[in-house]
Amino acid sequence: MVLLIQYTILFACILTLVALGGCFSEHSGVINLGLEGIMVMGAMGGALMMRYLPVGTSAFVVVIATLLAALLLGMLYSALLGIAAIHFKADQTLVGTAMNILGTAAATVIVKSINTINNPDDHSSIVQYIEEKKAFIMNIGGFEFNWMMLVAVIVLIGAYVVLYKTKFGLRLMACGEHPQAADSVGINVYKMRWAGVLISGILGGLGGIMYITAGVSEWKFEYGVAGFGFLSLAVMIFGKWKPQNIALAAVLFGFFRALSNVYFGFDFLVKLNIPSGVYNMLPYVVSLIVLAFTSKHSSAPKAEGIPYDKGAR
Amino acid sequence: MKKILKNEAVQSLLTSLICIVVGMFVGYLVLLMIEPSGAAEAIVAVAKNFLGYSRTNMQLKHLGTTLVKTAPLIMCSLSILFSYKVGLFNIGVAGQYVIGSCACMYAALGFGWGWLPCMLFAAVAGGVFGMITGALKAYFNVNEVISGIMLNWIGLYFTNMVLSNVKEAASAYTYTLKAKGKAAILPTMGLDEFFNGNKYVSIAIPLSIIFAILVWVVLNKTKFGYELKATGYNKHAAKYCGMAEKRNVIVSLAISGALAGLAGSFLYQTDIEQWQVTISSVPAMGFNGIAAAFLGGLNPIGAIFSSFFIQHITEGGTHVDLTIYCSQISELISALIIYLCGFVGFLKMAMNTSLAKSEEKKALKAEKEEKGGDK
Repeated sequence: MVLLIQYTILFACILTLVALGGCFSEHSGVINLGLEGIMVMGAMGGALMMRYLPVGTSAFVVVIATLLAALLLGMLYSALLGIAAIHFKADQTLVGTAMNILGTAAATVIVKSINTINNPDDHSSIVQYIEEKKAFIMNIGGFEFNWMMLVAVIVLIGAYVVLYKTKFGLRLMACGEHPQAADSVGINVYKMRWAGVLISGILGGLGGIMYITAGVSEWKFEYGVAGFGFLSLAVMIFGKWKPQNIALAAVLFGFFRALSNVYFGFDFLVKLNIPSGVYNMLPYVVSLIVLAFTSKHSSAPKAEGIPYDKGAR
Repeated sequence: MKKILKNEAVQSLLTSLICIVVGMFVGYLVLLMIEPSGAAEAIVAVAKNFLGYSRTNMQLKHLGTTLVKTAPLIMCSLSILFSYKVGLFNIGVAGQYVIGSCACMYAALGFGWGWLPCMLFAAVAGGVFGMITGALKAYFNVNEVISGIMLNWIGLYFTNMVLSNVKEAASAYTYTLKAKGKAAILPTMGLDEFFNGNKYVSIAIPLSIIFAILVWVVLNKTKFGYELKATGYNKHAAKYCGMAEKRNVIVSLAISGALAGLAGSFLYQTDIEQWQVTISSVPAMGFNGIAAAFLGGLNPIGAIFSSFFIQHITEGGTHVDLTIYCSQISELISALIIYLCGFVGFLKMAMNTSLAKSEEKKALKAEKEEKGGDK
């Protein structure tokens, strides 16, 4: 039971982080379908940092350095979307899709090459971080508290405050609703969209490193992040692009995702004898059904996905 | 020269070539970063693929293998571009391909059906998946990209579950058709002889080309295709003109899904590969279809060539020196090419404005000369 709660919170935190990333990007008017790829890149940055930190680094430094590496790489990678979508009016769906494939392919190539250079016989795409991972975890009576959970909560509160209580947030949202109007009162739409995309890169990167440290102590980068970026987008839509609702949606989705990890710990579930594939499918099936009932009146930012053209009427 | 450059088709070809060249060049840079000494050799190996073999009959055999895998890729890219013309981004193509594979393989190995029923079953399965996406879009306003992605994962886990019933006891792979479902293997009609006895070369290859032509005809020469495209340009206008816009969305995604389902049949019914039931990521075939569709300028005939090219470098990736580099380098290159395809619209616009400008200048000059002549 504790395990179920632990995983639910863990997955909910990851989904919240990444969905908030998507939320910032979409509020500025750019659809970020590349979150999956951004997560992979962030995860790679964090994992490599953990691997190359000297043994015996204090736990605090490990956590900070890893998070910094993850968010920095996520941010850098999201710039690919920024350039294409903001300055070159590219199809954002296409660019996002390309970034997802590119993220997994690039991470695999990079990690494999590093592994092969270190040991000519090693052609795997696995990074191990057994020791370093312990820095993230604090055991409280059987419940493994992960410092990343705290980060997620801070980001959640921060996102709410920034979006609704600051000049920056309100301006950002204006650019996603009606960029021409925003421009007419002197807001630089391009700058705001860049801000939205880069913030989504940062949060996506953080979500990535959190995902690969949840439960396991090594990661094979050929797997990518198994659709978590997309699941986060579903969370964002279900959460109606509002941080507080996103957190609630994330708990729901996190629960179903956690169930597939720990269902064998419950006698009555094991007795039902449902194949594990069903549990794997569950989060996606639930999200489809939920989306069907909540999408009728979309509350998406009005101008999302439309490249901003200063000259357009 | 300028007249040629103005031609839409020439522009598409030119921009696609730019994407390919830049994509390959960046791939080369990545190889250089990993290990400079063999980089040139590796990128040549990727570009050469089967041409790397010195003997003609070996070349033919490996060309055959590339073609076998090109056929499903053509179908996937047709699936993408068909729905894209209707204004829908059918990213669910990957899942429709998976469920099509599932259907034809289970029909072959579980029910022992012949090749044609298996193939049709695959098309129906893919079509149903596409229809779900379409219905969700038409009646519940669910974004087709999100529902498509969810269906990709549902399809993957479902397929793993179903095909676990027809897998080898000792491995994670399904039985070969040769062993347990001979009737389902696609007929070769003598094509295998031509490719130096490559027994996987089947009618799937000519069929995929026929489908490409069919899609072109439907989109460009029929009332049905016109209606679909009209719905894509402006849903509200189409509705106002008396077109059933909801039906059009569902039908086009169903057709798109059926094409993707056939792709699964075209690969797995040649018996060249078996399904691995422990696979935990959606196969790249569907996503590569996106690359091929855009690289082919969203034209069915262009898709044939771009699919061949994408498959060519993907196969080429397996020919690099695997002790230094890894075969994923070609995945990286095709992902880069898709990314660059995002800039195609901008490139075309830039081309047209620069052409228009130079024309304007010429006209001005001519005018001046005329005036000069009057004096």
